Amino acid sequence: MAITPRNKTREAAPEVRAHNFEEVNAGFDAETAAKEAARCLNCKNPMCRKGCPVGINIPAFIAKIKEGDIDGAAAVIKRDNNLPSICGRVCPQETQCENNCILKKNGSVAIGALERFAGDHAIANKTPTVSPVRNGYRAAVVGSGPAGLSCGADLAKAGFDVTVFEAFHEPGGVLVYGIPEFRLPKSIVKAEINTLKELGVRIETNVVIGKTFTLDDLKEDYDYIFLGTGAGLPMFMNIKGEGLNGVCSANEFLTRVNLMKAMKKDSATPVQRAHNVIVVGAGNVAMDAARTALRLGAEKVTIVYRRSRDEMPARREEIHHAEEEGIELRLLTNPVEVLGKDHVEGVRCIKMELGDPDERGRRRPVPIAGSEFEIPCDQLIMALGTSPNPIIKNSAPELETTSRGTIVVDEEGLTSMERVYCGGDAATGAATVILAMSAGKRAARAIIADAEKKKN
Amino acid sequence: MYLIEAKRTLAENVNEYVIAAPAAARNAKPGQFVILRVDAEGERVPFTICDINRTLGTVTILVQTVGATTAKLAELGAGDGIADFVGPLGNPTDLTGYDKVMLVGGGIGGAVIYPQAKYLASVGKPATVVLGARNESLLMYEREMSNFASALHIMTDDGSKGGKGFVTDKVRELLGKEKYDVVMAVGPLMMMKAVCDVTREFGVHTIVSMNSVMVDGTGMCGCCRVTVGGERKYACVDGPEFDGHLVDFDEARLRAGFYKEQEAEHMCRIRGGKK
Ligand SMILES: Cc1cc2nc3c(=O)[nH]c(=O)nc-3n(C[C@H](O)[C@H](O)[C@H](O)COP(=O)(O)OP(=O)(O)OC[C@H]3O[C@@H](n4cnc5c(N)ncnc54)[C@H](O)[C@@H]3O)c2cc1C
Ligand SMILES: Cc1cc2nc3c(=O)[nH]c(=O)nc-3n(C[C@H](O)[C@H](O)[C@H](O)COP(=O)(O)OP(=O)(O)OC[C@H]3O[C@@H](n4cnc5c(N)ncnc54)[C@H](O)[C@@H]3O)c2cc1C
Ligand code: SF4
Ligand code: SF4
Ligand code: FES
Repeated sequence: MAITPRNKTREAAPEVRAHNFEEVNAGFDAETAAKEAARCLNCKNPMCRKGCPVGINIPAFIAKIKEGDIDGAAAVIKRDNNLPSICGRVCPQETQCENNCILKKNGSVAIGALERFAGDHAIANKTPTVSPVRNGYRAAVVGSGPAGLSCGADLAKAGFDVTVFEAFHEPGGVLVYGIPEFRLPKSIVKAEINTLKELGVRIETNVVIGKTFTLDDLKEDYDYIFLGTGAGLPMFMNIKGEGLNGVCSANEFLTRVNLMKAMKKDSATPVQRAHNVIVVGAGNVAMDAARTALRLGAEKVTIVYRRSRDEMPARREEIHHAEEEGIELRLLTNPVEVLGKDHVEGVRCIKMELGDPDERGRRRPVPIAGSEFEIPCDQLIMALGTSPNPIIKNSAPELETTSRGTIVVDEEGLTSMERVYCGGDAATGAATVILAMSAGKRAARAIIADAEKKKN
Repeated sequence: MYLIEAKRTLAENVNEYVIAAPAAARNAKPGQFVILRVDAEGERVPFTICDINRTLGTVTILVQTVGATTAKLAELGAGDGIADFVGPLGNPTDLTGYDKVMLVGGGIGGAVIYPQAKYLASVGKPATVVLGARNESLLMYEREMSNFASALHIMTDDGSKGGKGFVTDKVRELLGKEKYDVVMAVGPLMMMKAVCDVTREFGVHTIVSMNSVMVDGTGMCGCCRVTVGGERKYACVDGPEFDGHLVDFDEARLRAGFYKEQEAEHMCRIRGGKK
């Protein structure tokens, strides 16, 4: 049987979408979803499943879509992934499940897009969730990103009385303050949070654990604690001129735009709308910052990265989208000084070449002597990575952390403190939504097992 | 919603608010701050905690009207609510280990050092306090402060109350007469810088409180960064208080003015065209 080509999702034209915040990828309609599902060979030994960090039963959920039972498909996914609408959109599918698909040579099955289709269908056709019978245990979840949300949901379903504490005034973590609307509509995140509320979970915003309440305070009031506090602290380069105006972290820029709605003309929160923007870094965060700058009206946006295209950590789709929208990549280039008197006027860069591989096997970028040159800009956004903020660590010295500031956990997510679990970026350093979500689920399983043990 | 329990106007464009926030009040200590949003569309803005009542679960803040958010806040009174109020943030002041302390407050900074004065009195080491303002009508917390200070010195630019001149004149005079273990200065950046220049001459350790522009207040955006002794620090999680002799005030002053134009424009839209 000839294999039909992979079906494409609907996308707005680059010249149109580069100037608005609407979702770029509109996903599959029902007809295309059915066609794409029909491509799956329902492998006996599905390699795709091995590529998924949470091992979703991919052929089974795709089979449900083939049958037209979309709710059934969503139910299969939700056994392993609480957030299909979100992961279907932002998971690095091309290096995970889809990379392993047997059809890769002919175009892997669009697993992510199908997952999103099932997830969105489940949100649109949702029957109200019934709040489960309580088991008498109380759990506190700190942080409301994907790790906290999925841990909270699973604990609530098991009957725990769950309270989520969030430092910001709005729950969602990176899903609301970091990832832009044009990639992940906030209505989807809201829907997931509403499900949590229907399960009886209380969400207390404006509470910073380690400051408003300490871990010891929580241990008095709750039987179990899960820390899903993420890795938000941005890194800078430690080069001259980084204190100038017009230099900011991607987190600041994206938070002002996404969470504080600075893209709206009458927003109370200011944001710099620059003409000529340089973004340093090449991960998803850098792509998001660059594309957001474009949407705020920049005429020129350049991404500066010290390694080559092959090492760029962002998803292929995001790099492709960014280039389509007119963002320029300057690879093998590294800033050495920020130029300007009061406000940034440019960046002095040095050309790089790839040398010997480092301990992770990536070829190390080495500066080429004498190759310095200048690029003008009026805004410089640093997207160099993040690490966990020190608030919890400083308030609980007995909590074991690594030199990178991440919280040490065992394979079940238990920290060095009794009854305190942790997962997601706070434990691993900046990673992915699906890994954070699965860490939340894993900790919930361990907590439920421990509670059952105590009961008997 | 966080209820405004009481409001008092202390000087032109300066209001004191007592806000019901039991969670924030519980662990709050002098030197820490809160971040609030007036309404659901509002900006997040930081204010120092001026007083705490754990029994009643209230936090007192003092707000000088300077821009759009503080203007919106000025329109609210007792019985009104504000949308968000999170804290305590930042690190408490650590004045343990000092016997003779001088507290210096310029403008609204006068109120900010009030909890410190109160704390020092409570541990039997009342501080020498220097309060400065442009003129008498802008002086704040003078009466409250006199209850807790070992000596209270007032300086006004125009001499309408106390000595005529800047707080730095008084600081210099006092340091010339007696030995102090530490000086803590809170106020406009220029004033803190000037105090540091004086105390440096006398070799007296000086603590300042950096009021950088902030967004989250939890070490997530890097917007509040200040250079201290050549190192990058985040005012919200590493501060807000730093060794004043190590702070790069020139950079801080530059950064404080960054959003000025946009803020002014927003203010102008709110007021229907009046700048
Ligand atoms: C711009 C950007 C784009 C990204 N794009 C992708 C992508 O395309 N695909 C992908 O898979 N991943 C992506 N990521 C990474 C992904 O978003 C993260 O790995 C994931 O969100 C981590 O989840 P988490 O639950 O561990 O933490 P977070 O999502 O960071 O949530 C942590 C929450 O805890 C709160 N918090 C922190 N400290 C405290 C405290 N002391 N008390 C109370 N609350 C606290 C924070 O305010 C925050 O809301 C991106 C990240 C960014 C920043
Ligand atoms: C840790 C900390 C503690 C603070 N404590 C107090 C306090 O107790 N009482 C008080 O009245 N204010 C305090 N501030 C300053 C206060 O946050 C600002 O005045 C407020 O954000 C202004 O908001 P706005 O929207 O009204 O004005 P905006 O329109 O945002 O700004 C108006 C003008 O004020 C200046 N400005 C903006 N932000 C700041 C700032 N953070 N510090 C100084 N000037 C600024 C700008 O130059 C701008 O032109 C504190 C700031 C910090 C960081
Ligand atoms: S969760 Fe991610 S890796 Fe797993 S199947 Fe879905 S898109 Fe693929
Ligand atoms: S490997 Fe590809 S074809 Fe096989 S089950 Fe998975 S998605 Fe379907
Ligand atoms: S206010 Fe964002 S890091 Fe300090």
